[in-house]
Amino acid sequence: MKNLERFITQRLADTGNSPDQLLQHLCAIQNFASHLPQTAVQQLAGQLHIPASQIFSVIDFYTFLHRQPRGDFNIVFSDNITDRMLGSQALLHSLCERLRVRPGEPRADGRVTLDLTSCTGLCDQGPALLVNGIAVSRLDEKRITQIARLVEDATPLPDWPAEFFSIDDNIQRYDMLLGDEIINGSAIETLQAKGADALLDTLEQSALRGRGGAGFSTAKKWRWCRDTVADTHYVVCNADEGEPGTFKDRVLLNSYADNLFEGMTLCAGIIGAGKGYLYLRGEYLYLRDALEKTLQQRRQNGLLGKNILGDRDFSFDIEIHIGAGAYICGEESALLESLQGKRGIPRIRPPFPVNKGFRGQPTVVNNVETFVNAAKIAVFGADWLRSAGSKESTGTKLLSISGDCSRPGIYEYPFGVTISQLLEDCGAKDVQAVQVAGAAGSTIPPREFERRIAYEDISTGGSFMIFNRQRDLLHMVQNFSHFFCHESCGFCTPCRVGSALMKDLVDKVIVGHATRYDLTEMQNIGRVMQQASHCGLGVTAAKPVLETLNKFPDIYTKHLANRSYEPAFDLDAALEVSRQLTGRDDAGAHISYEPETQQQEKP
Amino acid sequence: MNNRVPNKKPKLATAALCGCFGCHMSLLDIDERIFNLVELVEFDRTPFTDIKSVGYCDIGLIEGGVANTENVEVLRDFRKHCKILVAVGACAVNGGIPAMRNQFDLQDCLDEVYIDGIGVANPLIPNDPEIPLLLDKVHPIHEVVKVDYSLPGCPPSADTLWTFLNELISGQQISFPYSLIHYD
Amino acid sequence: MSKSVTFKLDGKSISFQPGDTVMDAALRAGEYIPHLCHNPEFKPHGSCRVCIVALNGRHLSACTLPAAEDMDIDNSSDAIVEQRRKLLQMLFVEGNHICPACEKSGACQLQAVAYYTRMLSPHFTHFFPRRAIDASHPDIIFYFNRCILCGLCERASREVDGKDVFSISGRGINSRIVFNSATGKLGDSQLAITDKAVSVCPVGAILHKHQGYDKPIGERLYDTRPISVVGDVAANLATGQPHKSDERNE
Repeated sequence: MKNLERFITQRLADTGNSPDQLLQHLCAIQNFASHLPQTAVQQLAGQLHIPASQIFSVIDFYTFLHRQPRGDFNIVFSDNITDRMLGSQALLHSLCERLRVRPGEPRADGRVTLDLTSCTGLCDQGPALLVNGIAVSRLDEKRITQIARLVEDATPLPDWPAEFFSIDDNIQRYDMLLGDEIINGSAIETLQAKGADALLDTLEQSALRGRGGAGFSTAKKWRWCRDTVADTHYVVCNADEGEPGTFKDRVLLNSYADNLFEGMTLCAGIIGAGKGYLYLRGEYLYLRDALEKTLQQRRQNGLLGKNILGDRDFSFDIEIHIGAGAYICGEESALLESLQGKRGIPRIRPPFPVNKGFRGQPTVVNNVETFVNAAKIAVFGADWLRSAGSKESTGTKLLSISGDCSRPGIYEYPFGVTISQLLEDCGAKDVQAVQVAGAAGSTIPPREFERRIAYEDISTGGSFMIFNRQRDLLHMVQNFSHFFCHESCGFCTPCRVGSALMKDLVDKVIVGHATRYDLTEMQNIGRVMQQASHCGLGVTAAKPVLETLNKFPDIYTKHLANRSYEPAFDLDAALEVSRQLTGRDDAGAHISYEPETQQQEKP
Repeated sequence: MNNRVPNKKPKLATAALCGCFGCHMSLLDIDERIFNLVELVEFDRTPFTDIKSVGYCDIGLIEGGVANTENVEVLRDFRKHCKILVAVGACAVNGGIPAMRNQFDLQDCLDEVYIDGIGVANPLIPNDPEIPLLLDKVHPIHEVVKVDYSLPGCPPSADTLWTFLNELISGQQISFPYSLIHYD
Repeated sequence: MSKSVTFKLDGKSISFQPGDTVMDAALRAGEYIPHLCHNPEFKPHGSCRVCIVALNGRHLSACTLPAAEDMDIDNSSDAIVEQRRKLLQMLFVEGNHICPACEKSGACQLQAVAYYTRMLSPHFTHFFPRRAIDASHPDIIFYFNRCILCGLCERASREVDGKDVFSISGRGINSRIVFNSATGKLGDSQLAITDKAVSVCPVGAILHKHQGYDKPIGERLYDTRPISVVGDVAANLATGQPHKSDERNE
């Protein structure tokens, strides 16, 4: 405990007392102590002058932060549908048995905790897990056996086999963005040579649009931010790649980090920012050290820090902030809240971040891929980007392909590529549906496979999950419904309550106790969520249900009970406690699911 | 839904599940209008007639929530026999006062009454097969059967019940003035 | 006076000032838009979504929607009222709202808005969450069962009382209010009965102890007249209507 106190005091001495750092402190303390004990919170509250209750409210918001002790080995299995399709549930069960532990509860000796977490972005090499925040991919029974042994032997993580932690980029198709290389600093040099106005014009001519999926004009965003008069401006990179099935930022951060930082620095030079942040999702913690090294290298090379490339008017540096397991923080205003150390509750818009963003100052928030594109456009010119894609969708898109195919991985294609082309290239056969753009995306049936990946047709941040005809697509719907219920921030009524109601109704369908009435209910609840929610998460949270009800009605109807109405709960199970207390098991101690008879005779 | 009940004199049944009979009392509070009601409907099973089993009816009024096996049985029977089933009062609509026990484990409730309560002789949780078993929670009736109308209130006032029955029987759109909607 | 700018609310012209939200302008003009988490004394929140209105086919919360000239806003179509009713039903099934057992009944804004939208049942499946009561404070009692997470106590305690007694914690359906005290108990916080945070609660979540059911049925705030006429709970408290012991014998 004394150690922990010293650790916190030292950390605050090193980083200062800004409340913006709260989440970073909490992540560091948890890393040190495996959880966040009351004493640590009280100490932080005192020194940061934040009420302890607010610190608790932050802890309870983020899935990766814990008030109760976790095991020495805190293992969480990625629970995306693609992990499940690769057998993650059986593997979790197997590890639970081997380690004699139940999900979510630390083992009595404090050695290990096993749990589930939302998609960890390793769908191309799943099933995956995180052990003390570090990713292990390609799980199979053999690897699980080894992990059980290592945990029982209390082998420290650094002594685990290195291949456990080797994460492949797995790039299956290169195009211009991944293929055409630039020299570090060349984009900044171009800016210095031509000036901000010219660069903004180039960006505008390139027609670059945001690669997160929303597709907003990058030049416009940067221009608006630059034109907003304020004390200071900020550049923020959204590397909170939380959309289930997406992992292309993982690859860019791993192998194209210099390009990313070049793009952020370019943006800073144009909008007049002195400080930038990379908001890295907690699941990508293992990438952090290498990213820090790259930043350090760039500082040494004069590409970051004071007087960049000798320009006395241009100083800019980048800090990495780590997330802690909250999908909502991928929403840009929630991300800014989180960056300021708070709960990731989306802000009311307007004002937009370009006018009032980080700390209330004008801020550009862009996706990793957008910044990488911007850096290359600065060097190669607008025509470089325009040479690929369509008029409305210039350039290429990185797609994260996973699910039922023989070659999952990263595919870079010019915009306009058809779904059928993608399916052919990745070796997908007998496809029932493709989920494009993640849990919040669209479910595409075979009759729409000639549609194209483009802002004007199917827009996506890059997630592309394939389901063959052997799959019950309802399991995908169930997985996503649980995901949204778990990830709803809870701020607004329709998303907070609606997503929980929806999850329960999907479960009711799966167990065969739903009727047509329930399907109508799902549609009604979904519509309220879609129309009345505060932010994009709520608006899209019902989409997997609504889209599949519309396009794949059979996956529901085959599970329906042959009745007009079914109770909301299992009547007989609701008697179990009574049966135990009274020791009764006679006929009167049960309620049967009697078949529905004709409702009434004609009087 | 077509509100019109086609028969000349529709049949009406009522039952109380887990409630206090207050809603039935409120129906009696229509006072002399009870004579008009008798002109309008024929009573089937109801505490007013003492008919024990429900026949095929046009309207079934259910007071009280679903707390035990007998409640489930009566409710299902009503649903089977009634064209229009109405949740009457707070307990039928959202569980009401009895649902306050949902805050506790059933065992704690029974222990309090039959084991640890003051003055309990022969502590034993009753297990006679004649006694309906309790569900672990009290539920509003729409969580067990399909419900066609809900009349909130603890109880719904006599005017609320009278207005509803009149409008329903005469095939009008059910519509309450502000003063007739309350939850307590 | 310069020519005023206006927008349309259900066809009626509503004039507004720069910086107004649709809610601000409507309330000033005496037009009622149902709301729960909004209180004109505080910065708009936009979380309950009950004040949803339609503008060009989009549904937006009136309390956060900046007024603009020539907007044509739908505040009372069947579709909007139906959506509000569903949102209210969601709030009712989320908590444990046993109105007959609540001291605030009759003067509760959740109830009043539900009456106004003619909500006859909560319709959805109840969650029946188990939520304790915090009765540790000598003067005040907190019923988690009745909390609708409007965040008004949090805002009032921070902005007016300068105490930060309340925070919303947790996430999603597990969201809940927590208190700022060493024990986490309300009684060990700095909350005082005179605090703004106590009087802003629109429902029966924060109540005075030793007091309740002090007005007979029929004489309570919303018994005979709708909230569109009577106004918010907090506004009526400010003028000293309900929950005043000196009125008990009237």
